[in-house]
Amino acid sequence: MFARGLKRKYGDQEEGVEGFGTVPSYCLQRQSLLDMSLVKLQLCHMLVEPNLCRSVLIANTVRQIQEEMSRDGVWHGMAPQNVEQRAPIDRLVSTEILCRTARGTDGEHPTPELEDDPLQSSASELPIVSSAQGQRNPQSSLWEMDNPQENRGSFQKSLDQIFETLENKSPSSVEELFSDVDSSYYDLDTVLTGMMSGTKPSLCNGLESFAAAPPPPSSTCKSDLAELDHVVEILVET
Amino acid sequence: MPSHRMPSEADIISTVEFNHTGELLATGDKGGRVVIFQREPESKNAPHSQGEYDVYSTFQSHEPEFDYLKSLEIEEKINKIKWLPQQNAAHSLLSTNDKTIKLWKITERDKRPEGYNLKDEEGKLKDLSTVTSLQVPVLKPMDLMVEVSPRRIFANGHTYHINSISVNSDCETYMSADDLRINLWHLAITDRSFNIVDIKPANMEDLTEVITASEFHPHHCNLFVYSSSKGSLRLCDMRAAALCDKHSKLFEEPEDPSNRSFFSEIISSVSDVKFSHSGRYMLTRDYLTVKVWDLNMEARPIETYQVHDYLRSKLCSLYESDCIFDKFECAWNGSDSVIMTGAYNNFFRMFDRNTKRDVTLEASRESSKPRAVLKPRRVCVGGKRRRDDISVDSLDFTKKILHTAWHPAENIIAIAATNNLYIFQDKVNSDMH
Repeated sequence: MFARGLKRKYGDQEEGVEGFGTVPSYCLQRQSLLDMSLVKLQLCHMLVEPNLCRSVLIANTVRQIQEEMSRDGVWHGMAPQNVEQRAPIDRLVSTEILCRTARGTDGEHPTPELEDDPLQSSASELPIVSSAQGQRNPQSSLWEMDNPQENRGSFQKSLDQIFETLENKSPSSVEELFSDVDSSYYDLDTVLTGMMSGTKPSLCNGLESFAAAPPPPSSTCKSDLAELDHVVEILVET
Repeated sequence: MPSHRMPSEADIISTVEFNHTGELLATGDKGGRVVIFQREPESKNAPHSQGEYDVYSTFQSHEPEFDYLKSLEIEEKINKIKWLPQQNAAHSLLSTNDKTIKLWKITERDKRPEGYNLKDEEGKLKDLSTVTSLQVPVLKPMDLMVEVSPRRIFANGHTYHINSISVNSDCETYMSADDLRINLWHLAITDRSFNIVDIKPANMEDLTEVITASEFHPHHCNLFVYSSSKGSLRLCDMRAAALCDKHSKLFEEPEDPSNRSFFSEIISSVSDVKFSHSGRYMLTRDYLTVKVWDLNMEARPIETYQVHDYLRSKLCSLYESDCIFDKFECAWNGSDSVIMTGAYNNFFRMFDRNTKRDVTLEASRESSKPRAVLKPRRVCVGGKRRRDDISVDSLDFTKKILHTAWHPAENIIAIAATNNLYIFQDKVNSDMH
């Protein structure tokens, strides 16, 4: 929790934002939301069939972000400074904007309350998430590619893969489970565990009760191992 | 729930339902158990315990299963319970988990025959030489025994997770809905069902919308409604076609462009839909509001009530924690004048449609003792803060009231707060307004 009245400086990432002081980048928040959503979709390997409604809603959110990013012509691979400098001023909105309007349609934007501004501190953690994801799933590195068409294609492909996995976990997909297992997988979970528990209070508004909630990735890691044991047991018995 | 047991995840209540007279209240939990409470008849001898609910029967409805084809577990959690209208001395209910629906028959036994000729009281065969005369066995009273037996098992009807069941007013059929399909069953036939709605796309990659809830009209046996994750309601007429993919009416509120965000679709997803007792209106719950719809007007709801609008600026956190996907239920009172729904921090909200007054109440051991009056609560959102107000940031999001039920005729409500069941009665003023 951040003490009331304590101003925090955003620092170097906001070079192109003269005159707006500590207003965070909308694009940064959007990217963070996209990363979070992709992580949520990936963490579907559970013993129980995942909730289809939740998966569909998250996938739709990812599509929306991707469509907007396509329209903007903004890609993750570009340097943050360029993004900030290019983004027109009327798109720079307060932190709450992710929760209110997707685009700054109104002229005035209220200065955000600093204690509600957790994304700033998480900015430094974003690169860790992206590179770890790049290790795990080559398709998520689509944001590093230059060609928008290819991006859309690979993106769609990764969504399709997720839905296929959700739809039929047939015996052939057992191989997919095994193919996912490499050393970087466990590294990702460690990173994610660190990220999730680290950003829970900081990423979004620091609601106290979230700190009490168990971080999903660590439990998923354990259940993945249990799931693999389970699957091996079944294969051996049959 | 017995208080000496350590709270475990299996005790989390997952559904609550009054029967048609309100005499019985059934709860289902995550461990696959059903507990039925019965209302004690009011008696002059014990005026303080009149009309209170006591445990009537407990039984294991569903067990965990394993789907070998998909290598996935099938949870035993009871998603929904629906009572059948009572047709004889026995009570019947349908209970369902993600995949299988079961019809349970609940019967009472309070007499037993005594005075058999061939058997003695312990059931052993008598020595026939000792039998000198014939007697007619008589029924003698015994301690009440409630017996529950599974009469039908409706299995293999659903590929996806069942979210709703609804008994038709014809009392012969019922429907079950999963994420993509709705099936119609006959209560007496378990080996086949009719598919009446199918929104599964030919290509699963094109899937963008799922069914979230569905219900039969209380009076018209040919009409039913189903809600979607995009916030729309579809009223279907089974007389129009065998496959009701084409709706008769589509209820959808146009999106408010000034309120648009990346979370707009998620918070518009309808988590519950209930017809009013009159059959004229529908009540829907989405993440932040409850809405009343008139069946005659598809363009927009006639009433919208804010449940916890202070969460609108916290949607990002709630998305991260998955709370934004919580499915809250809603309920009408018997006269359709008051609607109720749950929220976080063990709060639940009631809205009076006539006076437009609303109240926030809390279901917790600390704040309510038996026969004490519930104190209205308030969530402060900045500005002036009164003494007992709770600030938005102190709300406990792990304490969610997802399941609530209202007695069909009286002002008695059942509130499920995680693994505790609260039953509140309004004795002083049986008329809410």
